[in-house]
Amino acid sequence: MEELKLYTYIAVFGSFAVYFGIAWWARAGSTSDFYVAGGGITPLQNGMAIGADWMSAASFISMAGLIAFLGYGGSVFLMGWTGGYVLLAMLLAPYMRKHGKFTVPEFIADRYYSKTARVVAVICLIIASLTYIIGQMKGVGVAFSRFLEVDYDLGLYIGMAVVWVYAVLGGMKGITYTQIAQYCVLIFAYTIPAVFISLQLTGNPIPQLGLGSTLADGSGVYLLDKLDMVVTDLGFKEYTTDNMGGTLNMFAYTLSLMIGTAGLPHVIMRFFTVPSVKAARMSAGYALVFIALLYTVAPAVGAMARLNLMNTIEPVAGQNLEYAERPQWFKDWEKTGLLQYQDKNNDGKIQYTANAETNEMVKVDRDIMVLANPAIANLPNWVIALVAAGGIAAALSTAAGLLLAISSSVSHDLMKGVLTPDISEKNELFAGRVVMTISIIVAGYLGLNPPGFAAGTVALAFGLAASSIFPALMMGIFSKKMSGPAAVWGMCSGIGVTMLYVFQHKGIMFISGTEFLGGLEPNWFFGISPNAFGAVGALVNFTVAFIILKATSEAPQHIQDMVENFRTPHGKVAAAHDH
Amino acid sequence: MENQSSYWRENLRLIFICLAIWFVVSFGFGILLVEQLNEFRLGGYKLGFWFAQQGSIYTFLGLIFWYTKKMNDLDKKYNVEEE
Repeated sequence: MEELKLYTYIAVFGSFAVYFGIAWWARAGSTSDFYVAGGGITPLQNGMAIGADWMSAASFISMAGLIAFLGYGGSVFLMGWTGGYVLLAMLLAPYMRKHGKFTVPEFIADRYYSKTARVVAVICLIIASLTYIIGQMKGVGVAFSRFLEVDYDLGLYIGMAVVWVYAVLGGMKGITYTQIAQYCVLIFAYTIPAVFISLQLTGNPIPQLGLGSTLADGSGVYLLDKLDMVVTDLGFKEYTTDNMGGTLNMFAYTLSLMIGTAGLPHVIMRFFTVPSVKAARMSAGYALVFIALLYTVAPAVGAMARLNLMNTIEPVAGQNLEYAERPQWFKDWEKTGLLQYQDKNNDGKIQYTANAETNEMVKVDRDIMVLANPAIANLPNWVIALVAAGGIAAALSTAAGLLLAISSSVSHDLMKGVLTPDISEKNELFAGRVVMTISIIVAGYLGLNPPGFAAGTVALAFGLAASSIFPALMMGIFSKKMSGPAAVWGMCSGIGVTMLYVFQHKGIMFISGTEFLGGLEPNWFFGISPNAFGAVGALVNFTVAFIILKATSEAPQHIQDMVENFRTPHGKVAAAHDH
Repeated sequence: MENQSSYWRENLRLIFICLAIWFVVSFGFGILLVEQLNEFRLGGYKLGFWFAQQGSIYTFLGLIFWYTKKMNDLDKKYNVEEE
């Protein structure tokens, strides 16, 4: 155990030292450095940075855990969080890069020739990004509290301090290069244990193939068939067919995550950092390569972790593990309170079943699955240490990207764009750093009082981005006539409907007790869960915008010309007049 | 101008083809038709389950790179590349 602690300190603080070094080397000198890294990032670098920016604590820590317990239902995260890149590459990124501005609200302001549109976009952006950050902060706290055995709160404070140093110092430039380093840390940390575990269970070192292979115990049974058998024996739903809340819910959930991915400003912003339209298209492809490396391994990690957990508790059917003989990792996680056992029938053994009356594993937090996985599989200590560093890298890199999106939308869009247009570049840069500091403190506060588990809150952020920002951007590019007022009404009604639906089921601002329809499934609209509602919100957004466009006048000619212009890669963009 | 609108039309056609495939592999094979496809197997994977957790992601990758290549060709054909 002492050896593990030493390795963990080396891995975590060693990686911090690297991030700080990079941040110092790539510190930002101008607003262009701070917002878009001077526009000089190559597609390959950008793809890697998007990978780290994108893959958050939710992807690294929570997703495989969710899949482990949801089985087939967990596919919504896999398809939803990758399919959005197809939309980004084809519907948004190249045109927004061609337009060539710093932020997403700035694009909306130009396209919809309206300060109101800009402010509405800023508000939508801040709501979505803050919701998203909560998940990251919780991820940092969990990783620290388990691996460095410090308090959850203290872990959170350390995480805040680290992000503050390199995000505030480096802006987009520092963040980009740190994210490249963080991508390397997190992908190694994720795949190495997966390779070991796949090898142990199936004899195949490639997890994507291992998941479809037979078990290495000589039985000739396929891993997934065995898992289906084990879980159904204990009364759980069959792993490979358990569809979360039905087909319609899965459909809406996947769609929400896909268009939410394409509408998340911290991801779109990354496409402003490359030098050309061609490079923007290419970055989306590279980004998905780097993301797919983790996302195709995750289902294997989930299924194998579940099987290992079941086998530990009940090695042979009917012969359950004695509580007194539980392994070390079990005790470690019990200390954090994320794993709880209660001997209901006083036989000293552990029964883990789907029946709430007899189930003695009263709490198995899904977020612990990835972090506990290497220990469950008896992997060497340095692997466990690596996973700790990887989880923290994933959370920090995403938090930094989000903080940048928030701070640029305040300093560049609200201050420079609307409130104090004649602010000097130096002061704007300073304001950006101040806003970032404030955002970190707010995010930290929300991390101390988090609603739900990490992936749950994150999924919500997608619903909000899906219902507000994505439709406005897409209509701005594909409908030349779409007018400012129509887009503003669309955004407001889209995000309004989604937030109302979420709040009525999950509590106003997530404060439990204030939900007025209860979080219960019978009250869900057509059985669609609050997290999946973004797709409906987006539909409302599109519908409202087109109805209002029909009733009012279309966009002025110079705006239509501007749209013509950013639809092709060559030539310069005409200046927007009302801006 | 004439040139530009046929460039845009060809782009829209490409996007339509890509998004049709995008929809079929994920929402189609992975969700709506999953039960029917699960009758077939790919090694230890049920086929519908495989599309939902593996196949759709590989297809997305192929789509983006194919679209990028096609668009680069289109930029050349219509002579609208960046300076």
